Amino acid sequence: MLLDVAGLKKSFGSIIVADDLDLSIAPSEAVGIIGPNGAGKTTLFNLIGGGLAPAAGHIRFEGRDLAGVPPQGRCRAGIARTHQIPLPFEKLTVFENLLVGAVYGRQKSEREAAQSCGEILDRLGLLKRANVPAGSLTLLERKRLEMARALATAPRLLLLDEIAGGLTEAECGELVATIRDIRKTGVAILWIEHVVHALLAVIDRLVVLNFGRKIAEGLPREVMARPDVHQIYIGIEA
Amino acid sequence: MDDTAAGPSHSFRIKTAGRGSHAALAAVIVALLVLTLLPLFAGRTLIQDLIFLFYMLALAQCWNLLAGYAGLISVGQQAFVGLGGYLLFALTLIGGLNPLLAIPLAGVIAALFALPTALVVFRLRGAYFAIGTWVVAEVYRLTFAQIKPLGGGTGTSLTPAVTSSVPGIEWVKALLDVRTPAARDIVSYWIALALLVATLAAVYLILRSRRGLALGAIRDHEAAAASLGVDIYRVKLAVYVATAAMTGMIGALIYLQKARISPDAGFAVLDWTAYVIFIVVIGGIGTMEGPVIGAIIFYLMQRYLADFGAWYLILLGTLGILVMLFAPKGLWGLVAERYDVTLFPTRRRLIAEARPKS
Repeated sequence: MLLDVAGLKKSFGSIIVADDLDLSIAPSEAVGIIGPNGAGKTTLFNLIGGGLAPAAGHIRFEGRDLAGVPPQGRCRAGIARTHQIPLPFEKLTVFENLLVGAVYGRQKSEREAAQSCGEILDRLGLLKRANVPAGSLTLLERKRLEMARALATAPRLLLLDEIAGGLTEAECGELVATIRDIRKTGVAILWIEHVVHALLAVIDRLVVLNFGRKIAEGLPREVMARPDVHQIYIGIEA
Repeated sequence: MDDTAAGPSHSFRIKTAGRGSHAALAAVIVALLVLTLLPLFAGRTLIQDLIFLFYMLALAQCWNLLAGYAGLISVGQQAFVGLGGYLLFALTLIGGLNPLLAIPLAGVIAALFALPTALVVFRLRGAYFAIGTWVVAEVYRLTFAQIKPLGGGTGTSLTPAVTSSVPGIEWVKALLDVRTPAARDIVSYWIALALLVATLAAVYLILRSRRGLALGAIRDHEAAAASLGVDIYRVKLAVYVATAAMTGMIGALIYLQKARISPDAGFAVLDWTAYVIFIVVIGGIGTMEGPVIGAIIFYLMQRYLADFGAWYLILLGTLGILVMLFAPKGLWGLVAERYDVTLFPTRRRLIAEARPKS
């Protein structure tokens, strides 16, 4: 297994956001996570990314226990994430945003990193915007930058947090095509999304969370057909 | 012109320089030359004023690196100004060293003091960090007030033997036909200019280096920087220690020129931190140009309004608040928004080139 989460527990006061959670991802697998707001989806990413420490349980990446490893150590180990609300370095250029990931996430020199950053920008359709400040990007471009910056760290696991939210249908289609391209390079993907049809176009397996608990897991179509999942999902996705 | 419209068959390289940077370089060289030769024609008042301007600007650059880039809002940098000043007095009066040697040594010792200080204050976050640094500075002040050989609570003065032992004074006296106090000021002026240029160069080189990339990222979003592999703690510690060293050297220079130090003056939060914050904020925090503009404005206000006493401080505070409310990026921010200019280019550009056919 690439990622192995076992017995994970976390709560904020009386709100339980991870309740004895288990989750495994194989190398180059794509797994989707759905669940209502407050189900603990983003918290799970923060726990895997190292921004939060779990109250109990283990997170192993390529067999290594990540307990006590800070976010920068997890990035260097091969875990990269995007944020639900894009967090670009606004005064740095788009290219410099990637350079941070390549130089610090992969321990490369700026000179060595330029080639791979250029190729990633090209692949994600941001090359024309390479030398403008990231603060001047549109929402779609910011979402692409989140992905490009994560890819610059050469991850083996990519965590996508509601990357399709807030985009038009056409933009969403483009994004799905890009994510499928990323998959082809062998990067495993764990993707939280409310836009279920985008998710279903990419993933191999679907996990449903509610109140920090895994209530369903399996092949996407089968999971979506379950009545209890359907009930939770009424009102979120038409 | 469109040097980035390339396909996958292109190779990419990095170029670190800004448009018009050659013109800027020429302007900097001319300005430096004029400033170096200024004592030949300028009066003593102007020279003294410029020494003040230079060291305030150097302090502002240090604080800007600390607060504007590394996000360390310290209100305790007076700890290192006073420490540097006292180290100069200790090294020259008690240690018998030449002042010119004591200045860099004061910087090294200030860095050594900064390391354990950081271990204490780095446990605090945000507003608590700010207050913590202030408390540490107070501890420094009270500690130096206990040291009897350095005058205890009332402070002490440099002996004329020390102040006139700075190399070059006799030479300036003979060359420019001036008296000893004026010659001392001129030599101090050159040291201040050298220290300012060294500070600007150091900050600029840090920002252009690998570490500068991390600092830009930390400035814009700390958590995102960490999730891309930046070790925030290490970068911040390095910046804290480096700025302590620079601030200590500037403090040593300030008190070489003043020739008298006391705990209350050396560790004064108003002089060495509040004014410095004012300079950085009105000029534009998180840019190298901002403190330059801010220092010039502060100097002009000090020069022409200081006679109004309390009204001067009220005006200073009002200006600070107005800028924070209506131009939070500072006066340089207003300029930079309208025109894409920079005096200190640090931007890394991606250049795409067609691969030669093989």
